[in-house]
Amino acid sequence: MGIIKTDKLVFEYIRRDEEGNVEGITRAVDEVDLDVQRGDFVAILGHNGSGKSTLAKHINAILYPTEGTVWVDGMDTKDDKDLWNIRQEAGMVFQNPDNQIIGQVVEEDVGFGPENMGIPTEEIWERVEESLKAVGMYQYRKFSPNKLSGGQKQRVSIAGVIAMHPKCIILDEPTAMLDPNGRKEVVRAVRALNDVEGITVVLITHYMEEIIHADKVFVMDQGRIAMQGTPREIFSQVEKLKSLRLDVPQVTLLAHELKKSGLRLPDGILTVEELTQELMRIYNARKA
Amino acid sequence: MLRDITLGQYYQTDSVIHKLDPRVKLIATIAFIISLFVVKSWVGYVVAAVFLAVVIRLSHVPFRYMVKGMKAIVFIMLITVVFNLFLTPGEVLVSFWKIRITKEGLRQAVTMAVRLSFLIVGSSVMTLTTTPNSLTDAMEKLMKPLRVFKVPVHEVAMMMSIALRFIPILLEETDKIMKAQIARGADFESGNLIKKAKAMVPLLVPLFISAFRRANDLAMAMEARCYRGGEHRTKMKPLKYAVRDRIAYGVLAAYFVVCIVIGVYL
Repeated sequence: MGIIKTDKLVFEYIRRDEEGNVEGITRAVDEVDLDVQRGDFVAILGHNGSGKSTLAKHINAILYPTEGTVWVDGMDTKDDKDLWNIRQEAGMVFQNPDNQIIGQVVEEDVGFGPENMGIPTEEIWERVEESLKAVGMYQYRKFSPNKLSGGQKQRVSIAGVIAMHPKCIILDEPTAMLDPNGRKEVVRAVRALNDVEGITVVLITHYMEEIIHADKVFVMDQGRIAMQGTPREIFSQVEKLKSLRLDVPQVTLLAHELKKSGLRLPDGILTVEELTQELMRIYNARKA
Repeated sequence: MLRDITLGQYYQTDSVIHKLDPRVKLIATIAFIISLFVVKSWVGYVVAAVFLAVVIRLSHVPFRYMVKGMKAIVFIMLITVVFNLFLTPGEVLVSFWKIRITKEGLRQAVTMAVRLSFLIVGSSVMTLTTTPNSLTDAMEKLMKPLRVFKVPVHEVAMMMSIALRFIPILLEETDKIMKAQIARGADFESGNLIKKAKAMVPLLVPLFISAFRRANDLAMAMEARCYRGGEHRTKMKPLKYAVRDRIAYGVLAAYFVVCIVIGVYL
C-alpha cells in the first residue's frame, strides 16, 4: 500500500435551508481510488469545481469521507486517535499565502508547527533553520511576512510544513494567486523537496506547465478521476483534455495542430526543446 | 504604502531597557503607575521623576518620542486641570468676578497634571522599548495562574498576536475596497457626519465578509499544522529571566518601598 490511498472515496456537501431541512446534496468527490507511492511527485489536475480541493482536504483529515476510506501511511483518517499523527505526516499548503501565515516574523511562523507538536526549543530552532534553507528563504528569517512577495510567502508556508518533518506534502493550488515569476519560484522549491529530500508531493493545480515533471497525473472532472497516467500519456490526448475544459501547454497544442495538418510528429510533446528536435529531424529527413 | 506602517510605537535601538524581559517591563510599568498614586508629597514626585529620568536615559530613546504620547491627552489634561483649579473649595487665593482659585485647588491641579504626564511618559517607555509581540508573550506568561479560574489565557494571547498580524493586511484591503468603490462613484468625502457614516456601509460590508473568509482560512491552516490550543505546546522563544532582569526587579522593589515609605510618612 502506498503512502496515500483512498478507496471508493465519496464526499457530499449537504445544503440546508433555514430550518435545517436538506435542500440539496452535491457530490464533490465521487468514488475516487487513489494510490500514491512513497517519494512520488503526483499532480492532480482539474478545472474549478472538479472536486480536487475537496479531495486534498481529506488527505489532511480536515474533511472526513461520507463513504469510503482514506489511509495516510496506513492510518485511517476517520480514526480520531491518529488525527494529529496524520496532520503531522501529511502537511498541507493552501492557496492564499496571506491567510496561512500565523507568525509576525518569518522564523516564528516556520516554528509554529513544531511548537504545536511539543518539540523542545533547541530542536525547533534547528528545524526552522534547515527548512528555511531548503526553500531558500533563510536570509529572510527576521523579516515580517508582510514585506515579502507572494512567491516568497508561499515558500515560507512550505518551510512551515517541512519543519514538521512530514512524509508527504499536499499543495492545494499554491500558485493560483501568484504572478508567473512567483509560480516558477514555488514550483522549483517543490521539485527540490521531492528530488533532494525525497518527500512525497501531491500538487493540485490547473496550470498545465507545472505538471510536466510529475511522475503521475490524475485529471479530475465532476468529482471523478477522468484520466490518469504519465504527463506524456495525458498530454497526448489533446482533444479529451479540451473536452474537460483544460488548457494544454502551447507547445503541445502547436505540435498537435501540426500533426493534424500532416506532419509526422509523436504524441505528447511537452517542451519547446523536444518540438525543435522533432522538427529538425523532419526537416533534415526531407532535405536528404 | 500601508504595509510599511509600524504598529504600536516601538523604537528600534539597542539598550539595557530593550533587552529586559518584557515581564519585568510590564510589572515595572504597573508598579510605577501605582507609586504615582501612593505618594502625595512633592518629595515623592521628585523621587518618581528621578526614577523615570534614569530609565529614559538608559533606554536611549529620544525624549521627544515620549512627549509625542502626551499630545493625545492634552485635552483631557486641560479639562482635569481647569476643573480642579476652579471647583475645589478651600482657602481663597485669587478671586475675580465669579471665579475663585483656592490654595487646595491649585495644589490638586498641579498634582493631577504631574501624575497624568508621568503616567503617560512611563507607559510610553514600555511601549517604545517592547515589541507588541513580546508584550503579548509577557501577558500570557504573567496571567497563567488565572487558568485556575478557567480564563483562556493562551487563547486570548493567540488572538491578540493574530490580530496584530492582520491589522496591516486588513488596512491594505480597506484601501483597496475604498479605491474600488470610489472608481464606481462612491463618495466618502462630502456631506455631514451622518452622510459620511452611511457612506461607510459599502466599505464595511465587503471588509467584514473578507475578514470572516480570512479567519476561516486561517483556522483551517492552523489546524492543518496541528494547532490544538495551549496544551502540549512548546515555545520557540521561551521567556527566561537573566541576571539583569533580577537586578531590575531589585531596583524596582527598592523604588517601590521608598515610595510607600514617603506616602505613609510624608
